[in-house]
Amino acid sequence: MEQRNNKTEAANENYLELRGINKAFQDCHASRDVSFGVKKGQLVALLGPSGSGKTTILRIIAGLETADSGEILINGKDVSDVPASKRGVGFVFQNYALFRYKTVYDNIAFGLKVNKWKTKDIRERVNELISLIGLEGLEKRYPNQLSGGQRQRVAFARALAPNPELLLLDEPFAAIDAKVRQELRAWLREMINKVGVTSIFVTHDQDEAIEVADEIIITNAGRIEQIGSPMEIYRNPDTAFVAEFMGHPTRIDNIGSFSGFGQLGSEYHAVIRPENVSISKAGETLRYEISTEEGVVERVLFRGREIDLWVRIHGILVQGMRKIEEAPVQEGEKVRVFIYRAYVFGEDQKVQIIGNSLINTEETVII
Amino acid sequence: MNTKKNSGPVKWLLIGICAVFLIVMLVLPLIYVLVTAFREGVGAFWEAVSDEYEVKAILLTIEVTVLTVIFNTIFGVFAAWLITRFQFRGKKIISTLIDLPLTVSPIIAGLIYVLTFGRQSALYPYLKEAGIQIIFAVPGIVLATIFVTFPFVSREIIPVLTAKGTDEEEAAALMGAGGFRIFREITFPHIKWSLLYGIVLCSARAMGEFGAVSVLSGHLRGKTNTMPLYIELLYQGYDFTGAFAVSAILVLMAVIILVLRSILERRGKQDNQTI
Repeated sequence: MEQRNNKTEAANENYLELRGINKAFQDCHASRDVSFGVKKGQLVALLGPSGSGKTTILRIIAGLETADSGEILINGKDVSDVPASKRGVGFVFQNYALFRYKTVYDNIAFGLKVNKWKTKDIRERVNELISLIGLEGLEKRYPNQLSGGQRQRVAFARALAPNPELLLLDEPFAAIDAKVRQELRAWLREMINKVGVTSIFVTHDQDEAIEVADEIIITNAGRIEQIGSPMEIYRNPDTAFVAEFMGHPTRIDNIGSFSGFGQLGSEYHAVIRPENVSISKAGETLRYEISTEEGVVERVLFRGREIDLWVRIHGILVQGMRKIEEAPVQEGEKVRVFIYRAYVFGEDQKVQIIGNSLINTEETVII
Repeated sequence: MNTKKNSGPVKWLLIGICAVFLIVMLVLPLIYVLVTAFREGVGAFWEAVSDEYEVKAILLTIEVTVLTVIFNTIFGVFAAWLITRFQFRGKKIISTLIDLPLTVSPIIAGLIYVLTFGRQSALYPYLKEAGIQIIFAVPGIVLATIFVTFPFVSREIIPVLTAKGTDEEEAAALMGAGGFRIFREITFPHIKWSLLYGIVLCSARAMGEFGAVSVLSGHLRGKTNTMPLYIELLYQGYDFTGAFAVSAILVLMAVIILVLRSILERRGKQDNQTI
């Protein structure tokens, strides 16, 4: 009884809640026991590689797909049997799906006309949205007379027009070139904050998720791997998958053979990120001299802000970086590499963050 | 560079072959039709054309064409919609069946209906009781023509609907728009030109249909003789002027359709460019 009470309380807190959603297409299991909650006003990212089932989850929430089992609650009510059009959900499609034969104005007005708004109210609402998205004067244009960024804005305005409680965006930046994408991310974040609508967007781009979302849900093979704030996800990955997905990881199968990690048996594997590695030239003084590994630089890449290096140690190419101010390193040069910490996991795929044992003996590491 | 060097003679050779082929196969016969039609003067031509049976044949042809086009337009749109917008078992079978009339000889199409609705058929007693005559009557001609021409409309629309995808319709449905509204406001503007194009092809084919209609019509002068059947009748009776005069009219109707077709094609292209 008590447990049940707790459950309903949790449901009241979450504006949207998914419980044990399963969905299978002919030969692929797109969602496996997916459960999560989204609080009102939050901006949540569904992040995962392509084919990990993130778009399916979004479409199930919208009602464009029906789950095989499980419950979806919006505002505490089970909407599993409510048709898509009655769920009060705005949807921005991956390629926007703007009506090609309708003007910008008519695109935004369509949902309002369908819902039988008064002509005067429609005009007011559409004009308000057009000025919100900054496309005044382009009302009479057709979608193919707009740039990618403008189309996205129209799609956003169209989804928002009937005042949905929940806004779903499927890869909202995928169809836009890199430079405009940066701009639009900030724009979208600002707009959603302004309107205050609870939003979920799907992306395969971790930078996008980290930059835009309040909370990130990582999906893999139809399952949810981890839910947390961008910082939590990045710094404390729960599973091997998340550790290998975020940042620029190098996978190390025999972490036990690396200096400073000798306490780990051969059944342990690890992931290290460039920021966990320090690379020094011969002759540079080092604090943890005895715990370094010797490696050969194979590739040097000037990035502007820093220099990326790939060093081969024990047959593995490890990515690290050096500052621009530091003495330059040549390809083929022998360097010393110190690994501060590694995301270690065994058979169970559960990640432990393990610091270099040498540091541990000298001081306690706060991760 | 190589392709440029080679393209000259090859291009002219291909153009030459095409031109000779078209002249021998199409232009000469057409000229011959017109020349023969007017061989005995405009008077003879007019006499043949204004003949009572001939006028009835023209009217019947138009009637059959209009009925066929109306039916096939509705059916074609539904079939295309079904095939491109829904997933179901047996979809491939339906899609293949739609193409059947293109591969089956029209004569066979005619015979099928004779067997289905004729005296040997199990349906015949009921049809007779209801007073419906299909074989050797206008309904039979319409049925046969519908059968022969029904792939034309749907085959024009299906590629357009497939290429367009379902996103826009999904978006409209998500906003609460009903099926009819989605069709009228979202889907129809896309398929407008290809639909018209399909209708034009369908009417051209319906006007000229001979084989299937020939089996089903019974060749009753003034009652079930369409233009192609009437032409054959005159031809068999050695009335060459008459046969070719009627042919000239049929050719004229075909040319009108052809002109309509290219106008539509151009309008459709312009429309797609501006929007």
